[in-house]
Amino acid sequence: MSRTILNRLHSAALALFASAFAPAALADWALNMPVGVTEVSKEVYGLHMLILGVCVAIAIVVFGVMIVSIFLHRKSRGVEPAQFYHSTKAEIIWTVIPIIILIAMAVPAAEGLIKVEDTRNADMTVKVTGYQWRWRYDYLDHDIGFYSTLDRESNQARRVNSGTDPFSVENYLLEVDHPLVVPVGAKVRLLLTAADVLHAWWVPDLAVKKDAIPGYINEAWFKADVPGIYRGQCAELCGRDHGFMPVVVHVLERDEYDAWLVEQTTDKVASPENVAATRKL
Amino acid sequence: MSQVDTHSHTDHHDDHHDHGPAKGLKRWLFTTNHKDIGTMYLIFSLVMFMTGGAMAMVIRAELFQPGLQLVEPGFFNQMTTMHALIMVFGAVMPATVGLANWMIPIMIGAPDMALPRMNNWSFWILPFAFTMLLSTLIMPGGGPAGGWTMYPPLIQQTGVALPFLIFAIHMMGVSSIMGAINIVVTIMNMRAPGMTLLKMPLFVWTWLITAYLLVAVMPVLAGGVTMLLTDQYFGTTFFNAAGGGDPVMFQHIFWFFGHPEVYIMILPAFGIISEIIPTFSRKPLFGYESMVYATASIAFLSFIVWAHHMFTVGMPIAGQLFFMFSTMMIAVPTGVKVFNWISTMWRGAMTFETPMLFSLAFVFLFTIGGFSGLMLAIAPADFQYHDTYFVVAHFHYVLVPGAVFAIMAGVYYWLPKWTGNMYDETLGKVHFWMSTIFVNVLFFPQHFLGLAGMPRRIPDYATQFADFNMISSIGGFGFGLSQLLFIYVVIKCAKGGVKATDKVWDEPRGLEWTLSSPPPYHSFSVAPEIK
Repeated sequence: MSRTILNRLHSAALALFASAFAPAALADWALNMPVGVTEVSKEVYGLHMLILGVCVAIAIVVFGVMIVSIFLHRKSRGVEPAQFYHSTKAEIIWTVIPIIILIAMAVPAAEGLIKVEDTRNADMTVKVTGYQWRWRYDYLDHDIGFYSTLDRESNQARRVNSGTDPFSVENYLLEVDHPLVVPVGAKVRLLLTAADVLHAWWVPDLAVKKDAIPGYINEAWFKADVPGIYRGQCAELCGRDHGFMPVVVHVLERDEYDAWLVEQTTDKVASPENVAATRKL
Repeated sequence: MSQVDTHSHTDHHDDHHDHGPAKGLKRWLFTTNHKDIGTMYLIFSLVMFMTGGAMAMVIRAELFQPGLQLVEPGFFNQMTTMHALIMVFGAVMPATVGLANWMIPIMIGAPDMALPRMNNWSFWILPFAFTMLLSTLIMPGGGPAGGWTMYPPLIQQTGVALPFLIFAIHMMGVSSIMGAINIVVTIMNMRAPGMTLLKMPLFVWTWLITAYLLVAVMPVLAGGVTMLLTDQYFGTTFFNAAGGGDPVMFQHIFWFFGHPEVYIMILPAFGIISEIIPTFSRKPLFGYESMVYATASIAFLSFIVWAHHMFTVGMPIAGQLFFMFSTMMIAVPTGVKVFNWISTMWRGAMTFETPMLFSLAFVFLFTIGGFSGLMLAIAPADFQYHDTYFVVAHFHYVLVPGAVFAIMAGVYYWLPKWTGNMYDETLGKVHFWMSTIFVNVLFFPQHFLGLAGMPRRIPDYATQFADFNMISSIGGFGFGLSQLLFIYVVIKCAKGGVKATDKVWDEPRGLEWTLSSPPPYHSFSVAPEIK
């Protein structure tokens, strides 16, 4: 309950601030973390709002006292300064109360962390490899593997002074040629590694961000509850085109996914020629 | 009055021994005087602040709207890397060392620093180190572009600039370590009779602890970058997985240095604020001893939290839990400090001269940076925040309206003491309000950008991030321009103005206010008695 109020206050205050600049575009102004479409992402969002709420509450008290002091205790009002400089009681109180708040925060945070790291009982596994500057997905349960590169239109528009208005490109910088395709409701385990330098695979709606490191195999997982297209980006500086290797995940209904699987295994993307061709790009 | 006594006494001494400054360039090249060296550190830091600031302007100009308009992505990465290196090692650290040089001997009643020749050397290394670092921008392949964190393997893709980057960092490290040793030795040996440790001004305390942090972690950074060097040129594979090395090990080494480093930048700032708020509240600092213990606790904790910068590298759960809990603990001593500052103000008789305005803004805005830091400590939430603009907003809040505002507060506070002239209060206030408004326009929207999913260190972004980036850039340009006013105010004050009294402010505490403004060339030739 308090969460929604906070949320609304937050958005309202910012909408007000924002409206001074661009009254028409308010709908596009994302202010907060997306709730996302997995159980974990909802839990992470809840933790985020909880800690934000705690911080805002403390801020109101602390800044409130400070502002009152600034208004009341000024020389221009003719006050005589007090000369106290110590109070053991006060100092104990403001050491102990924060500790209690922190312990109260630590418990749900630890629970959330344990859930995030539980990669057991996965329904399928995809190996994700970071390259400068694209991703490769290998479906370990099938004979499918392909590269996923920034789509042509964005790639053309992002050149210096390309003459193309980024606003005219749909999903500018957030579209790829071959997205990762997974079925809805399946626990997808990702094994992440990298071929050259560090990368990080991140999709905000799935609440997965994990580094892809050469020589390491990191694990992450997600289980998307809602079919749809989810977009993210590489989140670890990986050189010149770090900003241009998006992550796109298509979450399909089970039957659509099965049809996609058949399509992949019979021809096209995963065929050796095609892989070789992608490699040349 | 006792102040006048000390003053005439010191002058008297000077007349006898003729230790005045040498003339011309020699004075600055060969000086062993803590005030001259302090001045050089501060001027150097200002030059670097403007240099790093110019790079920030390039970054914000490119990010003004989506699409690439001004620079290539590779050059953009050089700008973000160099901006960070210059601001951290060239602007903030030398500024606090400059303040330490100027104020510590005066605050503890010493004639000068304990090791004056080393003091000269530790300053004069810096211009060479930064000339070398900046020269990489015109080398084939350009400057380093792998981020100031220099993570391998990416940093190994740097061209000929890599060894210059590494040697520049070595030189900065040597300079910092010598500066730190000098400060420790000065504080330990040169205090006036009666100045026990727990009578030292808080600025001296915070610098003493900072100096220990520097001595402890700068060698770690030096070791880490040396391993990068041997990996690149001598066939070792410390960080190369293909040769049995470990790229993540570098991150552990770097952040074992890097986390104490952020306290190296902020602890002296805490000290400055703890000097200024009591003066303008006309009330003693609240909870002096708990301030000292809080500073020491923060310094200790800074050694055991480093991997919170690395929650996404794939650590075991036990490790993540440890670093999450230890990081959350830092909120406790930091909270104590904020509460003490507010209690100092409480029932005081405040006036709002420029140093106090900057200090109040510091308490507000640093605390906001502290809150976002607490949010970042929550590991599962950090998986979303990590490497986004939320992090950029967080550390700029603690470094710009945090460390930099405190340094500016300190400069306004002590400038009349240094120059003997009052600065222009009206212009100072204009500078304050412009800086404070623009710094928030600059950095606050970056919280939203990060939460909405914009990664950091990207030269171009998806169109839904366009509006906040434009606001942020406008704030950036405004903040950059405001600092030109700061330079004008400082130069104007150095050239002349209303003469400052010895005490400068109403009832300031501390030995610096017992000396003349400006102080004699040798601060205390006869040690003052502290009761």
